[in-house]
Amino acid sequence: MRRTFPLALAFAFGFALIIQYFIPHPLSQKFYRIMVQQWLIIISIFFYIFAWRSFGIYHINKVKRKKEGWWASIVAIFGVFLMAGAGFLSNRGFFFDQMYNYVFAPLQATMFSLLAFFIASAAFRAFRARNLEASLLLITATIVMIGRVPIGAYIWKGMPKLVEWILMYPNMAAQRGILIGVGLGMIATSLKIILGIERSYLGGD
Amino acid sequence: MNFWKRLIRIDRRWIFLLVWIAVTIPLLKPIGLPVNVTPPAKNLYNFVDKQKPADKAVLLIFDFDPSTMPELLPMGVAIMRHCFAKKIPIILYGGLYAPGAGMVEMALREVKSDFPDIKYGRDYVFLGYVPGISLVILSIGESIKGTFRNDYYGNSLDTLPLISKVDNYDGIGVAIDLSGSSLPQLWASYAYQRYGCRIGVGTTAVSAAQYYPWLQTGQFVGMLGGLKGAAEYEKLINMNKIPTGRMAATIGMDAQSIVHLLIVVFIILGNIGYFVIRKAERKG
Amino acid sequence: MFYLLIIYGILPPSQVRAYDKSSDGGGAIVVEWKAVKDTLLKGYEIFGRKKGEAGFKKKGYVQKKWNRFSVNGLKDGVEYEFVVRSVGKDGSFSAFSPPTQPVAPSPQWFKTNRINTFSVAIIYIFLILYFTTAAKGKKLFIRKITGLDQLDEAVGRATEMGKPILYVPGISTMSDVATIASINILAPVAKKTAEYDTPIIIPNRDPIVTMVAQEVVKEAYTEAGRPDAFRRENVFFLADSQFAYAAGVDGIMVRERPATNLFIGMFYAESLILAETGNMTGAIQIAGTDAVAQLPFFVTACDYTIMGEELYAASAYLSRDPKLVGSIKAQDWGKAILIGLTVLGSILALLNMDIIVKFFSTV
Repeated sequence: MRRTFPLALAFAFGFALIIQYFIPHPLSQKFYRIMVQQWLIIISIFFYIFAWRSFGIYHINKVKRKKEGWWASIVAIFGVFLMAGAGFLSNRGFFFDQMYNYVFAPLQATMFSLLAFFIASAAFRAFRARNLEASLLLITATIVMIGRVPIGAYIWKGMPKLVEWILMYPNMAAQRGILIGVGLGMIATSLKIILGIERSYLGGD
Repeated sequence: MNFWKRLIRIDRRWIFLLVWIAVTIPLLKPIGLPVNVTPPAKNLYNFVDKQKPADKAVLLIFDFDPSTMPELLPMGVAIMRHCFAKKIPIILYGGLYAPGAGMVEMALREVKSDFPDIKYGRDYVFLGYVPGISLVILSIGESIKGTFRNDYYGNSLDTLPLISKVDNYDGIGVAIDLSGSSLPQLWASYAYQRYGCRIGVGTTAVSAAQYYPWLQTGQFVGMLGGLKGAAEYEKLINMNKIPTGRMAATIGMDAQSIVHLLIVVFIILGNIGYFVIRKAERKG
Repeated sequence: MFYLLIIYGILPPSQVRAYDKSSDGGGAIVVEWKAVKDTLLKGYEIFGRKKGEAGFKKKGYVQKKWNRFSVNGLKDGVEYEFVVRSVGKDGSFSAFSPPTQPVAPSPQWFKTNRINTFSVAIIYIFLILYFTTAAKGKKLFIRKITGLDQLDEAVGRATEMGKPILYVPGISTMSDVATIASINILAPVAKKTAEYDTPIIIPNRDPIVTMVAQEVVKEAYTEAGRPDAFRRENVFFLADSQFAYAAGVDGIMVRERPATNLFIGMFYAESLILAETGNMTGAIQIAGTDAVAQLPFFVTACDYTIMGEELYAASAYLSRDPKLVGSIKAQDWGKAILIGLTVLGSILALLNMDIIVKFFSTV
């Protein structure tokens, strides 16, 4: 019963939504709106309560046990209350906007900018022409890297056209192939779960 | 030989320092490398341009947050400048996720001062966040008023002349989604497939390659890929004598060019070192 | 003749007909007409009224290239009539066409324009059911997937070093197939860590994934006979924001120094940040994602990468359950059929026969 009921639910709702996709009748659209849009939002909100509890317990335990980096947990908890308080109390006013523009936005942009440094160190460390395929990949990557920036056109006028050709033909063909494969894999995995063939997500045997 | 061994094992912080120098120097002392315009960007520009004679509006969706702001915000700013200059009505939408509204505000702050005769409600409208993701895309197809009721500032949409004229995709010539994730595919799947609204996309450079199949089938009318895409659009509006402001993307292209060259140098050095060491190991 | 042309002006459209829009939820009627061949033509205006009403109201305008218009927002079951007139470039109008026969919109129960998707779905379901049933008792071949083979080694390495394992199930929600695949891999990994008594740390970005991961790990520990060793606080919600989550995971990697990092699920731009930081700490890293744009970063920074569909095959590969392996075979057959149809469709299209292209086109 413990495993049968969730499997039955997965089957019933899975098939209902597959069938719903093919039915344009307003009843079908209403079913989709209630089941997927409204239920999902409501359930997600309740899970957020649980999530913040989990977040709180993790950081409070770290502070209590004075584990390495426990001070960062104090900053995390303080940050959550500060931002939430600013939002609720100032009703999206000046203080919240300042926090968003001058704390949240720069922090996000900074984390994203780490990629520039990491890609350089990863490229230096790992891009090796070990075999024919790796060499081809390396040459293509170099052409695209140079051709996609103004200096490429400066070095050779035909470089941007070559890069567009690479992106529009070999790249697109490969992307399409991968998309089709991934799409089929997604359908198969979803069907396996709906049909109860795949049960690992329930845990246990 | 020792040199190559030491080079291969170099502390990555030296690499980070070189990258920092390569980014900073061109920003402080611009080189002024010319930006070439690629067909996807040109197609998008031309499509936006023809909305004026067609008497339709542009829906510009800011589906990104501060992390991708350096690449995508200049695109939004350039497209807004294009629309304001040519008096193409534009509906600014804060996106399917909450942080987008802040991005719209940033763009407006940058652009508004250059177009003093632009009037809110007549020439542009700012719609805020409504939860629902794909439901919102579908709902816009029925009625913008029904979906949002009020604009971002709390004004009733009934009081805005632009929304009285443009209440669904029939009045929208092109919807341009600026996003670093897979949200443009949602717009193509719902707004284009179901309502026939043409879709343009502005995306991060890393995601641009995956949208070429969509460009080829015509599901996207044009695409701006990464900071280069934004620089291309800035060049196009500059060529058409539209006020360009700071041209943040074009300024960034010099730095990007140098860093790309630097990474190629790193790759070459790394491979030379690899082959030299491998040869030496095989010998001895 | 010239004066007759001036008097009569632009021609009205002919053969105007209206019909219920197919494959919709009701409330829409399509008005169609024969295009007017007139150099003065700019577009068409469409007018409609309920049957029995006095005047026609304007319903829409289309440019001259279109000869069809969908009138929406109508009442189901109520009959409507329509007329169309041409609009000239000089702002002149033609006479109205004769009214169409009254027609009432109604909702349909099947989207005929999705018959292609429906047929492919039926065929695919049949293939999966057939191969999963036929696979009973048989040992089917599945090619080697190095990344999955190395999972055991990776867990063993962490045990030997006395350090924890970091498992990152991606940053997407439970509705993403990659996340489900990640949870499928988490179960055997958690069971191994329970058997070896190796701590496992699982930070999450989504609350529902947190809950599911906790239950899966708890079940795995129970199955391994070590329910007492399960620590709920090791499977926790870290942050909702993408880069705050990446920063948090980086912090865990730098502080806890896990011996093994497993990045399995859906990732976006933070993939390289996670992988490179893990590389800096000297951990062995296995990544698995179906996010094509992130695969190059993982391949560069990780020791092993499980790519795209290999991730979906993980559950079958690790368990070697005949039914699950049979479903992989069904997938392969589905792909083979699609490749065949693509090649055949391309050849037929070259011969001006677009039957297959038309079948796969979405209307």
